[in-house]
Amino acid sequence: MTDTTTARSANLHRLANPGRFLRFADRIYPWCFGTMLLALTAGLVGALALSPADYQQGQSVRIMYVHVPAAWMALFVYLNLALASASLLIWRHPLAGVAAQASAPIGAAFTFLALATGSLWGKPMWGTWWVWDARLTSVLILFFLYLGYMALSNAFENEERGRRAGAVLALVGVVNLPIIKFSVDWWNTLHQPASVSRIGTPAIHSSMLWPLLVMALAFTLFYVVVLILRMRSELLAARLRALGRLAVEGR
Amino acid sequence: MSGYLAMGGYALYVWGSYALTALVLGLLFFGARQGLKRRERELDSLRALAPHRRQRAGSKKGEST
Amino acid sequence: MSPWFALVARDLQLAWRQRGDLFLAVSFFLLVAALFPFALGPEPNLLLRIGPGVVWVAALLALLLSLERLFALEQEDGSLDLLLLSPLPAEALVLAKATAHWLTTGLPLVLAAPLVGLLYTLPPGGYLVLLASLLLGTPALSLFGATGAALCLGARRGGVLLPLLVLPLAVPVLIFGTAAVDATLAGLPARPHLLLLGALLLIALPVAAVAGGAGLRQAAE
Repeated sequence: MTDTTTARSANLHRLANPGRFLRFADRIYPWCFGTMLLALTAGLVGALALSPADYQQGQSVRIMYVHVPAAWMALFVYLNLALASASLLIWRHPLAGVAAQASAPIGAAFTFLALATGSLWGKPMWGTWWVWDARLTSVLILFFLYLGYMALSNAFENEERGRRAGAVLALVGVVNLPIIKFSVDWWNTLHQPASVSRIGTPAIHSSMLWPLLVMALAFTLFYVVVLILRMRSELLAARLRALGRLAVEGR
Repeated sequence: MSGYLAMGGYALYVWGSYALTALVLGLLFFGARQGLKRRERELDSLRALAPHRRQRAGSKKGEST
Repeated sequence: MSPWFALVARDLQLAWRQRGDLFLAVSFFLLVAALFPFALGPEPNLLLRIGPGVVWVAALLALLLSLERLFALEQEDGSLDLLLLSPLPAEALVLAKATAHWLTTGLPLVLAAPLVGLLYTLPPGGYLVLLASLLLGTPALSLFGATGAALCLGARRGGVLLPLLVLPLAVPVLIFGTAAVDATLAGLPARPHLLLLGALLLIALPVAAVAGGAGLRQAAE
């Protein structure tokens, strides 16, 4: 990297310095954690008590308040993973790689939850645990993309190489996601001519919308909280490895 | 109350979804915190072995909860 | 001869020197395709319905087999570092390897596919579309595979890792490839599916070049 690019992007990543990041993370962590607990409590009360039952789906509509935010998070975390991967490859932020790698298991967990709660919702609505519905199938492939990223980024002796290879894969995945979505929709219309009812209604009443949005906020903050924990843990691991090397060299 | 818990016959699916979400997110959170704590302890024990390096690696300060 | 063609030609020569290996992928392809009737029963209607899908899944698995070793030889004898120092960019290197992989593995599979069609009682009208879909689809698979192989260079458990990376990316190819043959069998035009397969191939070319090139440079660092 040349000095000019370093200087130009210096103000872009003040947080790229691990020490600075740790101080920033320590400062926002309690706020994120507290707001998350508040949002989670409010969201759960809204989802389980205050919101009405659906006139068609009855009480089973309450699954929506975990299913839909989890599905949103599955995509949102992948987007973050891709953005962090891009900044790792373009500006060579070491922290961006750590952020991408720390995001992947969280995103995979949300994707798994979207699939599992979708299945739990589908059983009473469709009569089976799994339907090869276009949306569920796309989310399933997203789950495999997460697993691929995690497997690749952990498959190297050299952590940095793993993160960089994973970053390339994450970006290939972002290019392919719309294609996969399109192809799965196409495949779905070929094989199941619009007989399957879709989860989620386009127009949603405000008494159902606010718990949904509050739960989505709680999930987003949960992501930030766990991301901070995982990134700090990874930075400590890097320091431990460095100290281990020093100890070996000093001997 | 029992009528509410029955969720109009969907109890298994509704409570199952919330329980599974709580379980997965709980594992994720406590797993991450456990890992961080373990590494903090490891680093502390290493520092105790080499006290002269304590000042140089100074940015480790925060609590995790 | 330009260095790019020289590279492809060298790979073809190496493959020709071990031409027994060429039949390995084809044998695997035929064997996998022959397994399904044992599991599902020999009923002709059923076989005809699953036939196009079986050809595609078997071709995908057979292509994956040889991908792991795509760059391994170059990395072991150190010639990968030399190739990356040469004026030929890493992107062109990936495309050359993917081309050689397709010519040595993909093309034999395409040529063997009518045999599977026979096993699955494919009517005469289906063969042309089956071949066309494979001709358009398998190069895209080779390209995605070469990308994955470049990224996995030097990884632990490379053999299990590679399919995990490549298979999700192969889903659209599988969908449109199978749909093209199914459409013909149902008396519908296969053209839109074939066009979409062609579009996938056009997208796979730059993606494989850029991503695979980045992977190769990382492996050499």
